[in-house]
Amino acid sequence: MMMTRFGFKALLGTAIMALGLSAPVHAAGDAKAPAAMEWSFDGLFGTYDRDALRRGFQVYKEVCASCHSLNQIAFRNLSQAGGPEFSEAEVKAIAREYIVEDGPDDYGDMYERAALPRDKFPSPYPNENAARAANGGAYPPDLSLINKARGGGADYVHALLSGYEEAPEGVEMRAGLYYNPYMAGGKIAMPAPLLEELVEYSDGTPATVEQMSMDVTHFLNWTAEPELEQRKRIGFMVLIYLTIFAGLMFFSMRKIWADQH
Amino acid sequence: MSGESTYNPRSGFAKWMDSRLPILRLAHDSFVDYPTPKNLNYWWTFGGILTFCLVTQIITGIILAMHYTPHVDFAFNSVEHIMRNVNYGWLIRYIHSNGASMFFLAVYIHIFRGLYYGSYKAPREVLWILGVIIYLLMMAAAFMGYVLPWGQMSLWGATVITNLFGAIPVVGESVAIWLWGGYSIDNPTLNRFFSLHYLIPFLIMGVVILHIWALHVPGNNNPVGISVKSKQDTVPFHPYYTVKDGFALTVFLILFAYFIFFAPNVLGHADNYIQANPLVTPAHIVPEWYLLPFYAILRAVPDKLGGVALMFGAIFILFLLPWLDTSKVRSARYRPLFRQFYALLVLDCLLLGYLGAQPAEGIYIVLARIGTIYYFAHFLVVLPVLGIVEKPKAVPESISEPVLGAQPAE
Repeated sequence: MMMTRFGFKALLGTAIMALGLSAPVHAAGDAKAPAAMEWSFDGLFGTYDRDALRRGFQVYKEVCASCHSLNQIAFRNLSQAGGPEFSEAEVKAIAREYIVEDGPDDYGDMYERAALPRDKFPSPYPNENAARAANGGAYPPDLSLINKARGGGADYVHALLSGYEEAPEGVEMRAGLYYNPYMAGGKIAMPAPLLEELVEYSDGTPATVEQMSMDVTHFLNWTAEPELEQRKRIGFMVLIYLTIFAGLMFFSMRKIWADQH
Repeated sequence: MSGESTYNPRSGFAKWMDSRLPILRLAHDSFVDYPTPKNLNYWWTFGGILTFCLVTQIITGIILAMHYTPHVDFAFNSVEHIMRNVNYGWLIRYIHSNGASMFFLAVYIHIFRGLYYGSYKAPREVLWILGVIIYLLMMAAAFMGYVLPWGQMSLWGATVITNLFGAIPVVGESVAIWLWGGYSIDNPTLNRFFSLHYLIPFLIMGVVILHIWALHVPGNNNPVGISVKSKQDTVPFHPYYTVKDGFALTVFLILFAYFIFFAPNVLGHADNYIQANPLVTPAHIVPEWYLLPFYAILRAVPDKLGGVALMFGAIFILFLLPWLDTSKVRSARYRPLFRQFYALLVLDCLLLGYLGAQPAEGIYIVLARIGTIYYFAHFLVVLPVLGIVEKPKAVPESISEPVLGAQPAE
């Protein structure tokens, strides 16, 4: 029946519309497209690589954290299932390295104390103005959601971190701006953050720029989507359930409609 | 509702109830023994799917509202709190945010089903108009819901849309200020959008009840587009269509689940994971995909007021559709010329949707103008003229004839 075929085309079109047209228009078309990397968290059965998460956390802590906050994340999250899964004792030790402000106490005074697992990561600057003042007017964004907040996601963040280049001929760089072809406009206020051997990984992995960039991007994907492993695990079971249920419904329908044909 | 009630209360309670509030009779006559044309295809299953979508949005929305804080300083973080700390909060939120897209996907299929089979024609004009009202309410609800997470697209999308009202002559600016509750989009705007976002779904529910009522008076249209002539043409709604709708719904849920669990942010915009900042304008302000065709029409017109008028006109023209289409034949199966133009309209809407996501410049603007012109021409010129010049094919005697005779319609 011609009609049915036509109808399917309409459905297909709508589906394409749903999938294709919603693809966000990337800010400024002149940025270089990031290369698609292989991430263990991609795909139907994607999971995080615990070692990569821990190494990535180390990079965040020793490099990024000096300018970038991570204000959606509490220390306790580091021991949650589906994350870096540090032990509770390790989390306590990590938290103790940070000082947070608490209070007021019984006398009405604010006081400082070592962080506890329930505390969130303290920001490197007291407020946005202080952050801008320390960074030549640029505001280092919070990194908790960065992989979700940029078109291209993890691929983009990795490409940006490891993609610094000399400015090509004819591109004038103002002092305090650095050339990065993955950044819209090509100019970024953050100097290349990763240098060879900048951190010393406790598991002995060589700390190349590529390795650190992959690891910290892996970690930042977890901070953006801490539910990812649980979500994909449940999702797979839901798909199986629905497929079986659809089959049962289909045969029930065939049986019920049998007397009508 | 159409025809005699066949309800026969059996239990003592049912008899007692029936003589006081015959709600069980209403349910029986509406959803059990309701005579339904036997030839409905899968395009007819989207009414049930849409009801499911509405109920899902209301339930997930009520739960989200328990954890959400409608304040410009807290809204963004409260959504992240839902995503991170509330038990299965990520699931509830992803169902709700993707549910909006699924709702629109289903409603577009439902609307284009109606357009193809002439479901808006007499005696179903009121049914159709109620449907357009639901669609309008859905757009209002979706737009306001998108503002609530208070991301960059929330703020700037709301800025673009509310600024449209500023284009109204004389009172425009006052209207915009009245909508905002101030001189720009700020906390009062977020508060009222939250309030209205919570209200509108219940209005939709009310209109849906009227929509189903208006459906059950003339009964369903069907793929051949001719009215039910005898009992032979129909089957009781239950179990025939409960099982068919159930099967279609389950298949639809597989797609829904895919988005929720494996691509929850594909249909959204990355910028909405950046907290709203009135000082930073995103490079491209793009509405959600389901509003893109209207956005393309808006930007196709060089004059702001003209753009706003055409954008709203694109929806309001649907109210007049039952009287613009002059053909007496309902189903496109028997209207060879109409089918070609219908295909053009589908392509046109997809093209406008694509253009709505592109920057408003160069060739995109030219194409958007052509698309806009065709959209209006389809309703204002093509449909009235076709009814007069088109020679429809022979329409079968009854619904049972093509079914029993097993003659393909083509």
